[in-house]
Amino acid sequence: MKQVLIEDFPAWRTQARELIQAGVEPSQVHFVDGKSGQPLLFDEPAQDQPKPEATKVPAEFLKLASVAAQYRDPDRWDLLYSVLHRLTNGEPYLLKIDVDSDIRRLRLMEKAIRRDIHKMHAFVRFRKIELEGDAEYIAWHRPDHYIVRAATPFFARRFGNMRWAILTPDESAYWDGAELIFGPGAPRDAAPDDDGLEDLWRTYYASIFNPARINLRAMRAEMPVRHWATLPEAQIISNLTREAGFRVQTMIKDQAPSALPWVPQQATLQALREAAIRCEGCELHKCATQVVFGAGPEGARVVLVGEQPGDEEDLAGSPFVGPAGRLLSRALEEAEVDRSALYVTNAVKHFKFIERGKRRIHAKPGGIEISACRPWLEAELEAVKPELVVCLGATAAQSLMGRDFRVTRDRGQFQPHRWAKQIMATIHPSALLRMPEPDRREQEYRLFVHDLALIRPYMQT
Amino acid sequence: MELDNKLRILADAAKYDASCASSGSRRKRVEGGFGNTEGIGICHSYTPDGRCVSLLKLLLTNYCIYDCSYCVNRISSDTPRARFTPEEVVNLTIEFYKRNYIEGLFLSSGIIQNADYTMEQMISVARTLRQEHLFGGYIHLKAVPGASNELLLEAGTWADRLSANIELAVDSELRELAPAKSHLQIEDAMSKIGFGIADAADRSNARAQSPKFAPAGQSTQMIVGATSASDSVVLAKASELYKKQKLRRVYYSAFSPIPHADPALPIIRPPMIREHRLYQADWLLRFYGFKVEELTTPESPDLPLDQDPKLAWALRHRDFFPVDVNKASRAALLRIPGIGVRNVKRILQIRRYHALKLDDLAKLKISIAKTKYFITTSGDNPAALQIDSKRLPKKFEPQPRQMALFEARSGEL
Ligand code: SF4
Ligand code: SF4
Repeated sequence: MKQVLIEDFPAWRTQARELIQAGVEPSQVHFVDGKSGQPLLFDEPAQDQPKPEATKVPAEFLKLASVAAQYRDPDRWDLLYSVLHRLTNGEPYLLKIDVDSDIRRLRLMEKAIRRDIHKMHAFVRFRKIELEGDAEYIAWHRPDHYIVRAATPFFARRFGNMRWAILTPDESAYWDGAELIFGPGAPRDAAPDDDGLEDLWRTYYASIFNPARINLRAMRAEMPVRHWATLPEAQIISNLTREAGFRVQTMIKDQAPSALPWVPQQATLQALREAAIRCEGCELHKCATQVVFGAGPEGARVVLVGEQPGDEEDLAGSPFVGPAGRLLSRALEEAEVDRSALYVTNAVKHFKFIERGKRRIHAKPGGIEISACRPWLEAELEAVKPELVVCLGATAAQSLMGRDFRVTRDRGQFQPHRWAKQIMATIHPSALLRMPEPDRREQEYRLFVHDLALIRPYMQT
Repeated sequence: MELDNKLRILADAAKYDASCASSGSRRKRVEGGFGNTEGIGICHSYTPDGRCVSLLKLLLTNYCIYDCSYCVNRISSDTPRARFTPEEVVNLTIEFYKRNYIEGLFLSSGIIQNADYTMEQMISVARTLRQEHLFGGYIHLKAVPGASNELLLEAGTWADRLSANIELAVDSELRELAPAKSHLQIEDAMSKIGFGIADAADRSNARAQSPKFAPAGQSTQMIVGATSASDSVVLAKASELYKKQKLRRVYYSAFSPIPHADPALPIIRPPMIREHRLYQADWLLRFYGFKVEELTTPESPDLPLDQDPKLAWALRHRDFFPVDVNKASRAALLRIPGIGVRNVKRILQIRRYHALKLDDLAKLKISIAKTKYFITTSGDNPAALQIDSKRLPKKFEPQPRQMALFEARSGEL
């Protein structure tokens, strides 16, 4: 078999042209890559041949071949020759057939070279040094393929008024402000090992990264680890990712859940009611059927605030329609208070429960949910502007009057409040329903009616 | 305050603007200067969240006199504040650029004093870079709605791209959440910029060496998930803006509902998948010949989250399939789930010389598992017989995947 030593693309082009015209089959020739350093097994003296006539190949092939020639694989010359041979021997449209396995290989090489050049444009990091008052910018980069000559004119166009050098293991490029000069490769320590600006760059890098969206796979796919050694910002990647989880955790702890983002400002009750449908201020919206917003006239003088909707309220979408609500209605009637003139709502707008078989058992809302939902309650009070707010039970009372309010101790007492002239608390009717002893229940019920009767003066002007 | 600290705060505050592209502009280096743009943007780095770092993205300041409730910089937020001087931004841009860290600058700002003053401050950064330093790199300036016509037109003479954010798809919702803003005012800024662009195009037809005006055009950003506006409303607004204002890009940004601090660290996960679906739909509108009305239905005005919008359309229009990849028109090929614009082009080219079979498509890296039900080829393809099967949608039910897959901002469908 004939062996031909190839140093670069022009050399291959000359050789290949002659071989094609001599009718040499791809199987009869092997191109030895000069760059990969394999010696020829034996030398064949070049035969003197008459100057060949031009062989016609599509211009596209020459372009593709000159790109594939930069690919770091000693077999590329043979592959190019066999494609050239097929093109000139009955398959003139071969290049159009991307699914052909030779063409596919060439296309993949072309893609790899494009990408490598693109990555070089992206990842070269200059370091500035001062030489007798003149700045010079020097970078060391390790490309995957033989692309220095193809990739560096970009830097000449962009940084034309600077003096710079890009060193790589295969070949180096220098720009003196006027001309691009290529020289031999250089080791990494031929480039400066620091630049004072890199700290600021790392600050920037760390600040624009969002720890809540960590996605290392995507980062590594685009910024392959083999390039990290020359990227100043890559030094802090492991720190950033290690701390990311922690940063997210502390941010979450710092930010109590809240309905606030969903609450329109200075809105009517109707607008609030509609906005509340979308509320995701805490976890409770996930399991409940629907939000249960307050009900009653916008001009109500008195607002009753309960704890949270129960099973029936959750299904009906209205507050106080279940057993506790019926008990409340009865007690209001006895206290001679017209329920339909009241605005009735809850401290928490979604039903919190535990599933037991088919039943949903009421679960007491926690401090997080109560404070998450408070913006709704406050917005309702702001819209209604009541004279009096009556808190039914500890949840409502603590929501509006703070953690250390005790219903047992402070019930029935009036005090001024930010959202109403007066505020007062009593027990929740469901507490009565839970009392097992009839006598005790009756006694508590009387007290409850008594507390509710205190509302009466506020119902008229 | 130290530069390092300002950079930390004002880069952090800038990261909520989704746009990061530095493409679409060609600007030759000025004699004696440095920097150019060659059409394609370069990502100089990637952060651990997988996002591209192309521009130095900064706020001039995060002080703001307005109170847009979806924004971290609103006056009522207790986020830490800082302000750069224009010189500081100029120097950072130059030094970063010369080390090949960036393609250029993306500058935005909270509103200080008033719209004109804020716009003037940003313009002075761009003007200094271009005039004093002969900087030819990419500059994206935020256009402040309400700024005067003169200022907007001056901004366009220095910048490669301008963007006025439309913020929300529905005007009444915008006015509710951002009392100082309205579509009218924002679109007015867009038209003024659009006028500058059109005018420059006319002049460059007449004369080769005429001054540029925002050669990379204008873009905008819409927040999704902050209000109840459906995807069909969002997409209708986007396509209206593409048409009326000739925007290059509409960016969609999933809203992270956090009241006071960093809204990108959600307690409630921002609707990332929805954002991704909107980008896909946007792609279909711009490059695949789809119309807004085709992507959603009156019954379900939101894009399905578990399927890409093209697949969803195909499943709703089975009578359109199977499509013969060796004969169908370009428009029909573009409708096949799993085949993107680039592959349609390749198919059209290859099939003139070679009849395509399924495994040829596999070689083009087309996902056969998805595509096979919708096509016929020159070989056997029994899957196409299932096109009318009731169980077909089941085959596309998503397996549990990592969030990562939904992060991409765009892609071939
Ligand atoms: S309980 Fe309140 S804060 Fe929580 S989701 Fe329901 S309405 Fe929103
Ligand atoms: S004007 Fe801009 S910066 Fe200021 S609060 Fe509104 S969105 Fe935020």
